[in-house]
Amino acid sequence: MSLIRLSRVSRRYQMGTETIHALREVSIEVGRAEYVAIMGPSGSGKSTLMNLIGCLDTPSSGTYELNGTNVSDMDDNELAEVRNKEIGFVFQTFNLLPRANALHNVELPLVYAGIPSEERRQLALEALTNVGLADRVNHKPTEMSGGQRQRVAVARALVNRPSILLADEPTGNLDSKTGAEIMSLFEALADQGHTIIVVTHEEEIARHARRILRIRDGLIASDERADSHALVD
Amino acid sequence: MHWWIELREGLRIAWDATRANKMRAGLTTLGIVIGIVTVTLMGTAIQGLKRGFNQSISALGSDVLYLERYSWFINSHEEWIRQNRRREITWDQVRGLQRQITSARAVAPTVNTARPVKYKNRSASSVMVIGTTDQALYTGGTSVANGRFLTAGEAEGGRPVCVLGAQTATNLFRGESPVGARVYVGGYPFDVVGVLEPQGEFLGAFSLDNQVIVPIGQFTSLFTQRPDYAIHIKARDMDSLEDTREEARGIMRKLRRLAPGQDDDFAINQQDQFIKTFDKITGTIATVGIFITGLSLFVGGIGIMNIMFVSVAERTKEIGVRKAIGAKRRAILVQFLLEAAMICLLGGLLGLAIAAPGTLLLRKVMPATISLSIVGLALLVSLLTGVLAGFLPAWRAARMNPVDALRNE
Repeated sequence: MSLIRLSRVSRRYQMGTETIHALREVSIEVGRAEYVAIMGPSGSGKSTLMNLIGCLDTPSSGTYELNGTNVSDMDDNELAEVRNKEIGFVFQTFNLLPRANALHNVELPLVYAGIPSEERRQLALEALTNVGLADRVNHKPTEMSGGQRQRVAVARALVNRPSILLADEPTGNLDSKTGAEIMSLFEALADQGHTIIVVTHEEEIARHARRILRIRDGLIASDERADSHALVD
Repeated sequence: MHWWIELREGLRIAWDATRANKMRAGLTTLGIVIGIVTVTLMGTAIQGLKRGFNQSISALGSDVLYLERYSWFINSHEEWIRQNRRREITWDQVRGLQRQITSARAVAPTVNTARPVKYKNRSASSVMVIGTTDQALYTGGTSVANGRFLTAGEAEGGRPVCVLGAQTATNLFRGESPVGARVYVGGYPFDVVGVLEPQGEFLGAFSLDNQVIVPIGQFTSLFTQRPDYAIHIKARDMDSLEDTREEARGIMRKLRRLAPGQDDDFAINQQDQFIKTFDKITGTIATVGIFITGLSLFVGGIGIMNIMFVSVAERTKEIGVRKAIGAKRRAILVQFLLEAAMICLLGGLLGLAIAAPGTLLLRKVMPATISLSIVGLALLVSLLTGVLAGFLPAWRAARMNPVDALRNE
């Protein structure tokens, strides 16, 4: 069974009197433990696709099944719950809370999951250790380097043990050396069996993935698998 | 469990946000501070007035009627002129009433004037000299601390004896025992037979203890040519007060030969009138106070609402992130409501901190202390203002679309 199953999904926006077709009847399946890159130039619809997969948005038509549940008609609060349980976001600009230290930032998804504070602390510490930041738990984002911040963000994304790690240009704000560090972290996570989806416009970043989906004008232009060992479904 | 975790997170964020914008929060909260200072001082003042009033009013018995030439409260100049033309209440009328009335427990005529009182070389100027009978012990709110009260025999003539008010006794005797001593009231000798219990001040205007009670017969022969009596009538109980009032009125009308249809040319006063007037005064204070409080809280609330809109706009991205990682609408709503409530609560605490020394000023004129209920009220009001003012911005934040919020820089 596929983890992600989009069937003939469209997303339209109303811009004044004009209707913009950001996605046109796209169908995609992604299996568990796949490492997928979504590529495309700006305006191609890749951000829209990412928002849909990340349950930040719902399709105008078509259905989206995540982990066997149809999420296309869910309301705001139901989607929030799905995001909390199933999706871990990593953003280009890290998006950590500036006033909170690393530990509290990582605890945040657990707060909204209603996990009591002792357990929360435990899980957050574990997640930070896994990304190699055990000695930075009390640092605030402003006291850390870009690479460290992004690793805090990865820890935050993974702390709830989500089904998907969804990264939007995760190296966009990093120099190439730190970017490479983050990509090797992703590779390690993929090897551990995490499902990872990276949205990027950089060929080099996409090459780390084992499957590349190219989007153009709201349609899937190509779907290539680098090799076969990623297919587990 | 779930909501408690969210609440704690909300409190933490609210506290961080407020601390990060101390200056802004402080300025915004000014309206709330003024509102809380007003509501606290007003509440304290009214409580203080009430306490003082209740102390004073107990000097007037609630079941006692005061039949006098004048009403206690005269509302117009015309009324005052009319009442001023009334005839005095005469001794014959006093006796007539005493004889005829059946529903009263006690009837005590009184007359008073101010005279100096001397003992040896000490003197007290303008002491209230009250001429009355032994019945005053029942109609008045007083009791005897030392010695005894006037007897029925002494009341209408005979021996010149007197009972001293507590303050007059201490002023003149400084610890000596007054009972048995001879004092001079307005130059005439009187033997002290008793001292009254202290009664305190009457509405802060004069002391009820600065008085000397003499037999009414002595009073009329020594101190006045045309006495104008007031008659204190104690009803059997509260329930029969109205009956007693009607009976006294009927008897008095007959004694003063009023034709049917003619207005009363005397007044029957009672404690009740004081309470009504007092309630009107405190009611006015409360109305003005509530108006000022309401206005400043309203202005303050608008300020809070404004600053919360700013806060929400500034943190749009944060809202997006929180939503992306699983915050539901409720969590975001609670977060911003808590922030607004916290700012207002801080304003409330600041207001209380300012009102506390303000109460010390009030204490110079009345027995005022900030009570726990007023502190509770003040905090509740500020909390409520925060929640009300914060609702719209918080609601807007809660309903934000996560995609748009995340795109915000």
